Amino acid sequence: MEFRLESITMEERRELERNVFMGTLEELKAWARSNSLWPLTFGLACCAIEMMGTGASHYDLDRFGVLFRTSPRQSDVMIVAGTVTKKMGPLLKRLYDQMPEPKWVIAMGSCATAGGPYVKSYAVMKGVDQIVPVDVYIPGCPPNPAALIYGINKLQEKIRYEAKTGKRVTDR
Amino acid sequence: MIRTEELLLNVGPQHPSTHGVFRIIVKLDGEVITDATPVMGYLHRGTEKLAENLNYTQIIPYTDRMDYVSAMTNNYVLCHAVETMMGLQIPERAEFLRLIVMELQRVASHLVWWGTYLLDIGAMSPFLYAFRDREIIINLFNELCGARLTYNYMRVGGVKWDAPDGWIDKVSEFIPYMESKLEEYDRLVSGNEIFLARIKGIGVYDAETAVSYGLSGANLRCTGLNWDLRKTEPYSLYDRFAFDVPVGRTGDCYDRYRIRLEEIRQSLRILRQAVEQFPEGGETMGKVPRVIRPPEGEVYVRIESPRGEIGCHIVSKGKAEPYRLKFRRPSFVNLQILPKLLIGETMTNLITILGGIDIVVGEVDC
Amino acid sequence: MSEEEKPGGTLPEEEETMQPSPQQADLDEAVSLLCSRVHDEAVAEAYLNEMNGGMPVLIIRSEHWLEAARMFRSEPALGCDYLRNLSGVDYETYMETVYHLLSMSTGKQYAVKVRTDRDNPSIPSVTAVWPAANWNEREVYDLLGIDFPGHPDLRRIMMPDDWAGHPLRKDYEPLDPEV
Repeated sequence: MEFRLESITMEERRELERNVFMGTLEELKAWARSNSLWPLTFGLACCAIEMMGTGASHYDLDRFGVLFRTSPRQSDVMIVAGTVTKKMGPLLKRLYDQMPEPKWVIAMGSCATAGGPYVKSYAVMKGVDQIVPVDVYIPGCPPNPAALIYGINKLQEKIRYEAKTGKRVTDR
Repeated sequence: MIRTEELLLNVGPQHPSTHGVFRIIVKLDGEVITDATPVMGYLHRGTEKLAENLNYTQIIPYTDRMDYVSAMTNNYVLCHAVETMMGLQIPERAEFLRLIVMELQRVASHLVWWGTYLLDIGAMSPFLYAFRDREIIINLFNELCGARLTYNYMRVGGVKWDAPDGWIDKVSEFIPYMESKLEEYDRLVSGNEIFLARIKGIGVYDAETAVSYGLSGANLRCTGLNWDLRKTEPYSLYDRFAFDVPVGRTGDCYDRYRIRLEEIRQSLRILRQAVEQFPEGGETMGKVPRVIRPPEGEVYVRIESPRGEIGCHIVSKGKAEPYRLKFRRPSFVNLQILPKLLIGETMTNLITILGGIDIVVGEVDC
Repeated sequence: MSEEEKPGGTLPEEEETMQPSPQQADLDEAVSLLCSRVHDEAVAEAYLNEMNGGMPVLIIRSEHWLEAARMFRSEPALGCDYLRNLSGVDYETYMETVYHLLSMSTGKQYAVKVRTDRDNPSIPSVTAVWPAANWNEREVYDLLGIDFPGHPDLRRIMMPDDWAGHPLRKDYEPLDPEV
């Protein structure tokens, strides 16, 4: 089809500006990815109950495009909800490795962030960031559902920002 | 000729139906399980060791995180143990508040069980209904102590916060609401043919086996034994209220299901009486020394948690910290019967039986 | 507040001091049965734990424990068919396991303690008597390092199999000293 810019009338031009968004392919991908974050059902401890509560009827995570998947091979984001023990650590790493790229990690609660109340325990890993890279930390013991939703929003923001600017969000 | 061979299958620790990080290795002959080896410890956090360096008030938050689905009963067992050691008197209002939150917690815990059990078996919507109704209880707790899951509400000698104005009214409003919802649950699920086919006659054991394996809670009562610590060894104020202990007959998953639903009904019955008799005023903390130092000695107390008999064994050397603190966790003991039940069952029934035992991995591993 | 209005939870002790306790009879019965059936010196010590509502406590020598456990289970006068709790305690000079037994039919309760040497701790397993002891013994073995000869499957239960040391021992040094 022949297409000449000068042949576009003023009305057509206005119509086009209303309906067509211009952007990079990266941004388009980020937009799609950030709105369909599928987390791995990975409840470890107490935070898992709050995560379930967030996914259930009252807080309804589905409205953000967040659907829980039970297999790491179908998920984009791992919500580490609970205490990571030294026995669980290698398994968590393996599950992370099984997830396809691109992938993100949310450390939910103070145990996953830094060991939390169990920081002095002989059996507990002092934060999940010792074994996998973490994108968003959510404080709280456990964080309430609103905090988890806020954390997910932050992750969406991060995905879009990094795609738009090509810079890491931590360099902002 | 069709030949079958043994297959070793690993279930968990990341499995949606193992309720956390429980793992079981099963040996399969076709669809039939010939051997099962549970592996746990993926959530062992060393609570008992940590407790040896903490004073008694500081341990209470750790009990919340043990059985995180029923934190209030865990709070109670620790406080009750220390109070027994020190011979403390609890003000009546505090004891009433404790009893009300424990029964609300039992309802909430059974709701989580009900929702997730049906989710395991393949029904999605009951989970959403259960969490909708649980949210009301959680909001009540939130109003009372500012936390949704890990309450840290009780203290040695009483409770931390008095009920805010109108809280008791909200509890009494909740009771008829929940009763009507229970009927809805029954209509929705309890008569469902598919559901019955999956749980009736599954995971059967008799009373003698249950006792020798040390089972407690609904897992014990489903065999027909009338054993509820609220009745047999009353603690708190349970001897003042009228309620029934539901018991089963056959000892299968269906009985356990019926018992748990009936327990919600009985808890609501207790709550209704407790709300009516709730004292007008009064203290919420008894006379407690500034530093809690139980005398030298040891004590074992036990209460009925939603999952069974939760016990607390404290060895004190007269210091502010316990010398040894051991929790008898009902999930851990109840789970021991699992390998025995699984042998000879099909793979699909693994989830039915495991869900029917009702475990919380935080409590199994402690 | 009248007498019966007192909140529960702390009452049993007072009752105990007022009347000669029924538990004393239970204790004497258990001691005499153990001495006559098992061994003259099977019971090292026996007393009532007043703090715990007068719970009868028996300290049994570990070489006689398995036989005593069988008797606790099968003897109709004791009938302890339910093992409520099993804990291990490290007393720095010796190790001890505490068994809380209960008879479901009569409601009688006993706390049985078995002591063992700390350097080479070993207590006969009672898994054959109460299957409930199985995982509990494994837990005690894992966290305190007490050996239970006769246990069908004595492996670590909580810690990874290659873990060194027994964390609940009083002299345990954690691996990560930075915190």
